Amino acid sequence: MYAQMIKTAHKGVHKREDMSPEERAFQDKIDADIKIEPRDWMPDDYRATLIRQIGQHAHSEVVGQLPEGNWITRAPTLERKAILLAKVQDEAGHGLYLYSAAETLGETRDELVRLLHEGRMKYSSIFNYPTLNWADIGAVGWLVDGAAIVNQVALQRTSYGPYSRAMIRICKEESFHARQGYHAIMKMAFGTPEQKKQAQDAVNRLWFPAIMMFGPSDADSTHSEQSMAWKIKVKSNDELRQQFVDQTVPQIEYLGLDLPDPGIKWNEERGHYDFSDPDWSEFFDVIKGNGPCNVDRLQNRVAAWEDGAWVRDGLLAHAEKKAARKVAAE
Amino acid sequence: MKNEWPLWEVFIRGQHGMSHRHVGSLHAPDADMAIKNARDVYTRRNEGVSIWVVEARHIAATAPGDKGPLFEPSESKVYRHPTFFDIPDEVGHM
Repeated sequence: MYAQMIKTAHKGVHKREDMSPEERAFQDKIDADIKIEPRDWMPDDYRATLIRQIGQHAHSEVVGQLPEGNWITRAPTLERKAILLAKVQDEAGHGLYLYSAAETLGETRDELVRLLHEGRMKYSSIFNYPTLNWADIGAVGWLVDGAAIVNQVALQRTSYGPYSRAMIRICKEESFHARQGYHAIMKMAFGTPEQKKQAQDAVNRLWFPAIMMFGPSDADSTHSEQSMAWKIKVKSNDELRQQFVDQTVPQIEYLGLDLPDPGIKWNEERGHYDFSDPDWSEFFDVIKGNGPCNVDRLQNRVAAWEDGAWVRDGLLAHAEKKAARKVAAE
Repeated sequence: MKNEWPLWEVFIRGQHGMSHRHVGSLHAPDADMAIKNARDVYTRRNEGVSIWVVEARHIAATAPGDKGPLFEPSESKVYRHPTFFDIPDEVGHM
């Protein structure tokens, strides 16, 4: 979900009878739940698809700092500010773990960043929505990070070792994100009528963008099959979305807020909540670059990269000078 | 790209006298900055009391293809484990 609509670098699913002996051995390892490690043999398509998926996931972590960073200076108390600062710092760390995992596949971090800045790689659609009031910050932690956890817990079992290890680290920290968000929104839902109204408004606005994070419905998700066979996708979009809805509805009810979708209803027969489809045309529009904040987010990322260039270059020049001096002294 | 900071591997020793353990990697212009960054990224929740960093290009590693010849020979040497030897109960704990 932090990675959406990843095109598998191959049409259809590799058939066993068409596989080379190397690929057959590779697929056997995956089927036996043995992790693939950086220097192991792997099909080029597996490598390319993983770079796209992990790269997009990393970009999402980094761009995801922007909507929340927006509220650091305006947090209601010093404690909330410290908590939000810690959360945003975690997101930078998550970006780093994921870029590192992508680098083990032979792609440089600078190249991934360049592709993002040129609009040739994407980040999750959710970060193209604005955070309009403090309740949004609570809702982002609770709903957006909550949705991320559902996806990332599944990905801990992914076949590529470095990706799986990054997911394990991230999930440990992500739980803090969801809980601090719910805690913040609890305060508002149980606060003054005006605060409760803001909490309701945040849930109403962010609900559908949050459930869109899992990507299009399985019927329209054409690239999944090979990724599933490679175990770089572990559960289907609809499975993950259902899991998220089932765990989140009781949390909304506990807050005493109205459900953001009149279609949400417990289905005794299925043992799950029914819910309405989001407006998928909005989703595809946001992905295409027409969401409320797409232009802003990318501009901010590019500006941060360009404005920081002199620091990166300066530190490198200093390090090289120091190293040269040390050699001269020896 | 030519201006990219080099890659460093980070090793952290946890609280309880364990040895340093690989936790991840990062980019930094030099060793001092690598340690500072490692502290910020990898020890924010009491994960460690000591940090080692080493530039990734200095690490030598076994090749995946050598796994068999290197590690399989020990599989058949069960007598290297204490549980291989039955010691009568009368002897007591050993």
